[in-house]
Amino acid sequence: MQTQSLTGGFNDAPTASATAFRVVLDVMARPGKISEITGATPPAPLSIAAGTLLLTLCDPETPLWMASSFCSTDIKDWLRFHTGAPIVESRSEAMFALGSWAELSPITEFAIGTPEYPDRSATLIVEMDALTDSGTILRGPGIKDTAELSLPEVAAFQGNAGLFPLGLDFFFTSGNRIAALPRTTKLGG
Amino acid sequence: MNSEYNFAYLDEQTKRMIRRALLKGVAIPGYQVPFASREMPMPYGWGTGGVQVTAACLTPDDTLKVIDQGADDTTNAVSIRKFFEKTAGVAVSDETAKATVIQTRHRIPERDLSENQIIVYQVPIPEPLRFLEPRETETRKMHALEEYGLMHVKLYEDIARHGHIATSYAYPVMIEGRYVMDPSPIPKFDNPKMEMAALQLFGAGREQRIYAVPPYTKVVSLDFEDYPFEKGGATQGCGLCDAQDSYLDEMIMDDSGARMSVCSDSDYCRERRDAGYVGEMGVPQKTVTEDAA
Repeated sequence: MQTQSLTGGFNDAPTASATAFRVVLDVMARPGKISEITGATPPAPLSIAAGTLLLTLCDPETPLWMASSFCSTDIKDWLRFHTGAPIVESRSEAMFALGSWAELSPITEFAIGTPEYPDRSATLIVEMDALTDSGTILRGPGIKDTAELSLPEVAAFQGNAGLFPLGLDFFFTSGNRIAALPRTTKLGG
Repeated sequence: MNSEYNFAYLDEQTKRMIRRALLKGVAIPGYQVPFASREMPMPYGWGTGGVQVTAACLTPDDTLKVIDQGADDTTNAVSIRKFFEKTAGVAVSDETAKATVIQTRHRIPERDLSENQIIVYQVPIPEPLRFLEPRETETRKMHALEEYGLMHVKLYEDIARHGHIATSYAYPVMIEGRYVMDPSPIPKFDNPKMEMAALQLFGAGREQRIYAVPPYTKVVSLDFEDYPFEKGGATQGCGLCDAQDSYLDEMIMDDSGARMSVCSDSDYCRERRDAGYVGEMGVPQKTVTEDAA
């Protein structure tokens, strides 16, 4: 194990994770809103936003699936040291999944919950090249009238929204920026 | 702040577990997410669910307001406020407008909440169908199948018996056309306020449930076409500040049963009195300060 995997965590975990979580909660409650999130400095190519998000939410209770471009020894060691999250091979076992949109698709194998327990569904962290507030029009809970977000595609998210109350929830990360798309958001028009 | 406690009392692993439950709650508005509620240094029924949700949300920069039945100075509110002053070192305020996180028992403040505020409700029984169906396995199935006929039967029986819907608090609401939710024992007067700009989080400690209503989410109080929902409310003004639009508490003033109706939201009442409004039984603010001097 390289010593670099020991660095880059939260300086003061209780307050850094609290501050980060408030950003995470805020973007999930307001789909399409883009906020800055910092605290962790993960090994490349993992973004600051995705790294901070993983450190805020993951621990030994959260199986994590990672796409091959993020599955380097550096990143795995870093996550193991700072979160202890088990890294799983199978998509259906994952509570969190990390990757680019191309690697995460098709998203049909991730857990979408059950009618009795729709909360037992995966949260996908989509690493993006850029994140802007233009593109697909969003409506639904958390959005006053409409919002816009540069989603990587539309059809898959529409399909996911159609599963409500089952479905996946998404975070989009790029650099130190983060946005979210819960299953309740309706897309387009 | 007492540095012998972790920030906001709970350990980090517990906070992560609550935070994950909160995110799923926000993503599925009105659905009750099970969570591994911890024992807190206060009895069940004193807001242990709300306290855990607040602890998971607080940041060192927050200003916390805690109310119990609308008032900042009641035992429950004072003890929870002191708890977080001690364990999280956050700023506290009685003023609704200054607070970033508001923990409440049984009221929504009269003043409209803004986008950068979070309101945390203390919930005793999160399951709106619990008094109609005691088995958790059954109520869970009823939510899954969207089978809410029983709730309408209950409201209908109210009308058959009393001539109107007699439920006056914890009045069931439907969230975004899907889940029937218990808004916690707030008066039905507060139900229309639930379509708000702030994020609403609900914590039930003993029952181990967390749920949420995101901003601008459709919240409909259940009713019938011929018996539409009525929020009710007082017919007179507040005795101290003369507010006509506020939820009032009835106070008994003496042994002979004299009564006075005053705002249940103590900060709203204070704000109005500071602005010069005087109710029937009130005393102008100026006179009070002169007397004190």
